[in-house]
Amino acid sequence: MSEEINEKLLREIIRQVITETKATDKKVDFNGGQASNSQASSATATATKPAPGTDAPLQLDWFKHIGPAKKGTSTDEVVVAVLPGFAEHMTENLKGIKHKDILREVTAGIEEQGLKARVIKVYRTADVSFAGSEGDQYSGSGVAIAIQSKGTTIIHQKDLEPLSNLELFPQAPVIDLKTYRAIGANAARYAKGESPTPVPTVNDQMARVKYQAKSALMHIKETKYVVTGKGPDEIEVNFD
Amino acid sequence: MKRQKRFEELEKRPVHEDGFVDEWPEEGFVAMDGPYDPKPSVKIENGEIVELDGKKKEDFDLIDSFIAKHAINLDTTEKVLAMDSQKIANMLCDPNVTRDKIIPITTGFTPAKAAEVISQLNFVEMMMATQKMRPRKTPATQGHVTNIRDNPVLIAADAADAALRGFPEQETTTAVARYAPLNAISIMVGAQTGRPGVLTQCSVEEAEELSLGMRGFTAYAETISVYGTEQVFTDGDDTPWSKGFLASCYASRGLKMRFTSGSGSEVMMGYAEKKSMLYLEARCIFITKGCGVQGLQNGAVSCIGIPGAVPSGIREVLGENLLCMAMDIECASGNDQAFSHSDIRRTERLLGQFLAGTDYISSGYSSVPNYDNTFAGSNMDATDYDDYYAMQRDLKVNGGLVPVKEADIIKARNKAAKALQAVFKSLDLPEITDEEIEAATYAFSSKDMPERNMVEDMKAAQDLMDRGVTGVDVIKGLYAGGFTDVAQAVLNLLQQRIAGDFLQTSAIFDKDWNVISAVNNTNDYNGPGTGYHIDDKLWERITDVPMAINPADV
Repeated sequence: MSEEINEKLLREIIRQVITETKATDKKVDFNGGQASNSQASSATATATKPAPGTDAPLQLDWFKHIGPAKKGTSTDEVVVAVLPGFAEHMTENLKGIKHKDILREVTAGIEEQGLKARVIKVYRTADVSFAGSEGDQYSGSGVAIAIQSKGTTIIHQKDLEPLSNLELFPQAPVIDLKTYRAIGANAARYAKGESPTPVPTVNDQMARVKYQAKSALMHIKETKYVVTGKGPDEIEVNFD
Repeated sequence: MKRQKRFEELEKRPVHEDGFVDEWPEEGFVAMDGPYDPKPSVKIENGEIVELDGKKKEDFDLIDSFIAKHAINLDTTEKVLAMDSQKIANMLCDPNVTRDKIIPITTGFTPAKAAEVISQLNFVEMMMATQKMRPRKTPATQGHVTNIRDNPVLIAADAADAALRGFPEQETTTAVARYAPLNAISIMVGAQTGRPGVLTQCSVEEAEELSLGMRGFTAYAETISVYGTEQVFTDGDDTPWSKGFLASCYASRGLKMRFTSGSGSEVMMGYAEKKSMLYLEARCIFITKGCGVQGLQNGAVSCIGIPGAVPSGIREVLGENLLCMAMDIECASGNDQAFSHSDIRRTERLLGQFLAGTDYISSGYSSVPNYDNTFAGSNMDATDYDDYYAMQRDLKVNGGLVPVKEADIIKARNKAAKALQAVFKSLDLPEITDEEIEAATYAFSSKDMPERNMVEDMKAAQDLMDRGVTGVDVIKGLYAGGFTDVAQAVLNLLQQRIAGDFLQTSAIFDKDWNVISAVNNTNDYNGPGTGYHIDDKLWERITDVPMAINPADV
């Protein structure tokens, strides 16, 4: 199947990440900007790439920062909180689904229930639960969805403990676009005060075996873009 | 390149689906002996540790501070650190040196010393040490009981099934978090129906989990996670002190509890601080010790894909189990997550703990088909029972399970489902139909169950919590429904929390509610002919597999 990640691909990704890290002095620099000062001892073909955490965010026309996020007051909105690396430092989830497509489906799911989706990017954590918890502080309805770069997703509500959830989708490799849309729709229904049937969870016990190492690598990369103490940014999305 | 045909064939083998990674010490992708691991050292001034593993007191992070203050024996540590690590490792696997001679040494370790000693041992030496250092003389194993629809009737039937097969501890969790109280009640009722004295837990968010315990819906807890780096700890809004506080909450209500840690978690969370998995896990074990907690679930646990991907990783996993037990802490030793596509590697993963014996070889074994395992699948599942029985029989090993008769299983599953029906009725929860009972009795998986109205179930679960229902109400429901023996078992379970004997290290109950723990069942291994032996009665049960031909019948 084309969906399957084979060992070759995995090795390639790992090699790439390792090479990137070796290329610079592992200095974590959240300001981006002054990228790799190539004093690389183990210079390779890809040594000019900046290390994770030092690359400038991609400039995207569909994903624009419009200042610090404001706390919402209208009860007909659901906040979609994406994590620090999302879209601008990584562009696909663990399974290779484009971040743009994920966000399009989630927001479409919210909108099909007649509610508004508001996207923010959180910086202070790479943890999906805590991002969800931060997201619902900004959501007028108190309901938020958080999505990690690797694709792990949560529906969270204001009165819950940070590590609790309304619905959690811990196995990113089994979430397809249809499920992302259903997650958006269910979040909107919670925001309306309904009790929807939870989105059916698919259980693939081999997903962990196959993806755990890659998942760790993507998460390590996500943590490189965490900025301690920085509040979320408001994001304008445009899928046209 | 023209492909060599054998290479092409080999690439089709299941092992090629597994994830393997080269070492990357900078991000913690190294099992043991990491190039950035600290060297052991300790300095005491005025009764206080002022230097720990090469770090001065003013440079301690909060984990160092906690360990220095609470987890190291100040009277012995300087002497222990002066001992040769290889010599201590030798004592660990030497059958002539008994467990009680080792404990005074290990409790004087620092985390770096502990990691250095364990790193001296090869896999077989680790197994030899494990069979001696396991706190409870009698080995056991733990089971998972879950299904992806959170069907309560099936949970009750499966719990009774698992109890008959010998799991003295059973763990459930939820597919949807709001089901938690129903799952906790269902596994408790089912397990007590199958075999009185089985301990049950429901692994959910920590505050909720404590609340379930306090209400009497669970008898123990283990999902209290600790981590080896400060960043990962504080990312979860926690510190070693807050975990210690949580541990004492459980103790205050007579609930058994253990912590959970395991190599790979810091790598998964992205903050391994360049340290090896074994060194970080050693810090977790010391935190557990410092909190005064009797037990720990470790051995990579849900992060097994990380040590499993690097060289010497599975050796490291047994090493961390061994260290836990060597520090006189109950060990639930992992083997609880899908590990490999290869049946050969799955067996490899199990062997160390299975052959040497730990307090809980698996934490846990999926007593349901992995399809229904909402812990994301275990290393072994319900379809592996007969292989497991054969391994016990072939090698004369007590892996904690016993073969069962089909008729007995059908009877127990049916009774558990009916008992839960009575409880649901008396607690005014959504009805359990006779059709559901029939389906649960004969089910392979949740695919065999009729649909339940999940929205109604979840509303009822919340309402049950709001009404302040407790374990006593469950007992009343069982009694009213005519299940007096099950009512008595649940009552005994609650009564045991007042006695509190099962808070001792490595405690489980037998069917007559006798506590079997490290206190009254101390591991006294001292070479061949000593320590744990399978008694004749158990051996007869282990050997009596339905597959065997009785020569008299031929």
